[in-house]
Amino acid sequence: MAAQLNPSLAACPGCLATPREAVEDAPVATRLALSLPSIHCQACISTVERGLNAVPGVTSARVNLTLKRAMIEATPDMRATDLIPVLEGLGFEAYELDLAVLSSTQNDKAGRDLLMRLAVAGFASMNVMLLSVSIWAGAADATRDMFHWISAVITLPAIAFSAQPFFKSAWSALRVRRLNMDVPIVLALVLALVTSLWETSLSGEHAYFDAALTLTFFLLAGRYLDYRTRAVARSAAEELAALEVPRAIRLGDGVESEVAVGELAIGDLILVRPGGRMPVDGTVVSGQSELDRSLLTGETLPVFAEPGLVISAGEVNLTGPLTIRASAVGKDTSLHRMADLVAIAESGRSRYTSLADNAAKLYAPGVHILSAFSFVGWYLYTWDLRTALNIAAAVLIITCPCALGLAVPAVTTAASGRLFRKGMLIKDATALERLAQVDTVVFDKTGTLTAGTPQLINLDDVPQADLRIALALAEASAHPLSRSLAQAAREAGVAPAEVTDIHEVPGYGAEGQFRGAPVRLGRAAWVGAPPSILTTAWLDTGDGNPKGFQFTDALRPGATEAVQALLGAGKQVLLVSGDTRRVVESLASRLGITNWVGEALPEDKVARIKALSDQGHKVLMVGDGLNDTAALVAAHVSISPASALDAARVASDIVLLGQDLTPIAEACDVAQRATKRIRENFRLATLYNVIAVPLAVAGLATPLIAALAMSTSSITVSLNALRLR
Amino acid sequence: MDVLIFLIPISLILGGLGLAGFLYTVRSNQYDDPDGDSRRILNDEWDDHPKP
Repeated sequence: MAAQLNPSLAACPGCLATPREAVEDAPVATRLALSLPSIHCQACISTVERGLNAVPGVTSARVNLTLKRAMIEATPDMRATDLIPVLEGLGFEAYELDLAVLSSTQNDKAGRDLLMRLAVAGFASMNVMLLSVSIWAGAADATRDMFHWISAVITLPAIAFSAQPFFKSAWSALRVRRLNMDVPIVLALVLALVTSLWETSLSGEHAYFDAALTLTFFLLAGRYLDYRTRAVARSAAEELAALEVPRAIRLGDGVESEVAVGELAIGDLILVRPGGRMPVDGTVVSGQSELDRSLLTGETLPVFAEPGLVISAGEVNLTGPLTIRASAVGKDTSLHRMADLVAIAESGRSRYTSLADNAAKLYAPGVHILSAFSFVGWYLYTWDLRTALNIAAAVLIITCPCALGLAVPAVTTAASGRLFRKGMLIKDATALERLAQVDTVVFDKTGTLTAGTPQLINLDDVPQADLRIALALAEASAHPLSRSLAQAAREAGVAPAEVTDIHEVPGYGAEGQFRGAPVRLGRAAWVGAPPSILTTAWLDTGDGNPKGFQFTDALRPGATEAVQALLGAGKQVLLVSGDTRRVVESLASRLGITNWVGEALPEDKVARIKALSDQGHKVLMVGDGLNDTAALVAAHVSISPASALDAARVASDIVLLGQDLTPIAEACDVAQRATKRIRENFRLATLYNVIAVPLAVAGLATPLIAALAMSTSSITVSLNALRLR
Repeated sequence: MDVLIFLIPISLILGGLGLAGFLYTVRSNQYDDPDGDSRRILNDEWDDHPKP
C-alpha cells in the first residue's frame, strides 16, 4: 500500500465509535513519529514496541515495518527526545519525524479510490467474462439473450463507477479542445456499450460488454501502478523533509524555550548550539564559534564567527554556542529566496515530452480516423447503420490502448522498484527516460563527491610526542577536525599524553597544560602560525614552532567507482565546485577527472550547464548545496544525495538515499534498459494492432478475437516489463 | 438449463462477497504495513489469548 498513516483510524473500526465528549475531557495527547531505519524483523518490532510501551506516559506505540516508522501516542509533555535514548539503549537508531510535513500524505484518498475502482472493474469483468465464455462456447437464442442482458446489468453500473477517472480526464481535455489518450478510450467504451445494448435488444449475436470491462480493468491497473510508483517516491521524499524537524531555541527574558521555526519573528534572540543549523538570517550577538558554509557556497574551510558577523539560514554552527538576532525569518531568508529563484528557473525549464505522450500524439488521431473511415466505408457499402456502427465500435475496441496504457507504467514500476532497493528515489515520472539519454555528468564537490567530513593526511609527518599531546587536546573537543584527528591518531595506536586543565575555547581551539607549559591546538592565528590554503589545525607546544595537521575532505564511499564506471560507459565527467582551485584540482586528479572548474559561482555552474546543453549534450547534474540548486534545475536530469539541503532535493529528479555513490552509474544503465523495454512494449502493442485491426476493419472481428488480442497484448507487455526486475 | 437460475445468482453473490471483503480491508487500512503484518504472525506475545 502507498504511504499512509492513519493512526487515529486504527485497525479497529469499532474504536471510531468512541463517544466524542469523553475524548475532549481528557488532556490532548501528543502524537509523535520516529523514523527507525535499522528495524528489519519480527524481533525488532516486538523489542521496539515493548520498550516504548514501557516508558511512563506512552499510551500506545505501533511500529510500521513497511515505512520503518513508529507512531506513538503519549501524554502532552512527552517529547521525541525523551524516547530516542530509550530506543538507542535497545540498539536502534531513531530520528524524530515532523508530523506536520508527513500529514500531507496521511490521507491517501486518491490511491484508495483507484484501488476500489480497480477492484470493482476486476469483479465485474470476471463475472461478465464467465457469461461471455458460455456464449462463445455455444449458448444460443434465449439463453444467449439472457446472458447478454445479465452482462448489461453488471457492466453498466460497473463502468459508470470504475471508468470515472477516464471520463473526467477526457472531458477536461475536450473542454480545452485538445485530444489525450483518454478521449479514444472513452469513445471506445461508450460506443461499445451503446452498440452492445442495441445488439442485445435486437437479440444480436455479438456484444462487447466483456471487452469494455476488461479494457477498463487493464487501464486502471496501469493507472494504479503509475500512481503507486509516484506515491512511494513522494512519501520517501517527504520522510526526508520530515527528518529535519524545524525547531529553534528562543531566548526571551533569559529563559530558553523551544519553538517551531515558523513562530520566530524578526528581532528574536535565538540560541544555536554546536551542530545546529541556523534557522534564520541574522547577526551574531554573542559567542564565538566556527561556521560551516559548505552547503551554501561549497567552501570546505570553516568561517570564524564572532559578534557582528552576518549569518544566513542553512549554515551549520560547529564549535561554540552562538546567540543570534534574527533579521529575516521564514520566506524572507536568503535560503528561501534562493529556493524561489529555483521555482522561477523551473517554470522556464524546457518541457520534456515523454515517450508515452509521443505515442499518444500519434495514436489518438490515428484511431479516430481509422474508425471513422471504417464507419463511413461500411455505411456506404451496406447502407446499414447497425453494421457500420458495430464495425466502428469493434475497430475502436481492438485498437484501444490497453497495452499502451500498461507499457510505460509497468516498466517504470519495475525499474523504480529496482533502483529503490539500491537506494535511489525516482521522484519525477519522466526522470528515467531523461536519465537514459545522458552523455555528460557534472559533479559538485563538497557534500557530493566528498562526504563533508575531514580526513587527516599528514599523520606520519608529525613527531610521536607532539601527536600524543594533540590527541589529548583533540579528544576534549567536538570540532569535526578534532574528532577526525583523534580518530586517526587512535587508529595509528597513539596514546594520549597527560595534558591537564584542558578546556575548549569556542571558535579558536582547545588548550591545556603539559608539564607546566601551556599547549594549544586550534586556528592558525591563535597559535601564531602562518595561514594555510589547506584545512589545517595547528599544535603549539610552546617551542615557538607550531606543527600543522593537514586535512582533506574524505571521499564519499563509491565516488571513485561511480566516476570510473561513468567514464567507462563513455560519458564525459566534469567537476564543478565553489571551492578553491587547489582543492578541486587535487580531488579531480585523485578521481581521474580531467575536466574541472574551481571557484565557480552558482551562476557559473548554470552557465556551464547551459553551454553544454546548447552543444547538444544531455547533462546529468549531481549536487547537494544551495549553490547547486539552479544548476540542478537547468540540467536535463539531476540527482542529489539525501544529505542535501531541502531546496536541492526538491529541485532534483532523483534522490540518492544512502551514502554510497555507486548506484549513479547503475541507474544510468537501468534507465537505458528501461527505455529500451518501453520501446519494445510499444512495438509489441503495435504488432497486435497490425494483426487485429485489418480483421476489425474487414468486419471479421468477434468479441472473442477482441478479448484475446487485448489480454495477450497486455500480458506480454507486463511480462516484458518484469524482465527488468 | 434450469440450474442456471441458481448458478448465476450464486456466482454473483460469491463474487460480490469477495469484492465486499476486499473493499472492507481497503477501508480499514489493512494494507498500510504489509511487511510488518506478515512478520507479526511470528510474534509469540499473544499466543495464549487475544490482545485485550
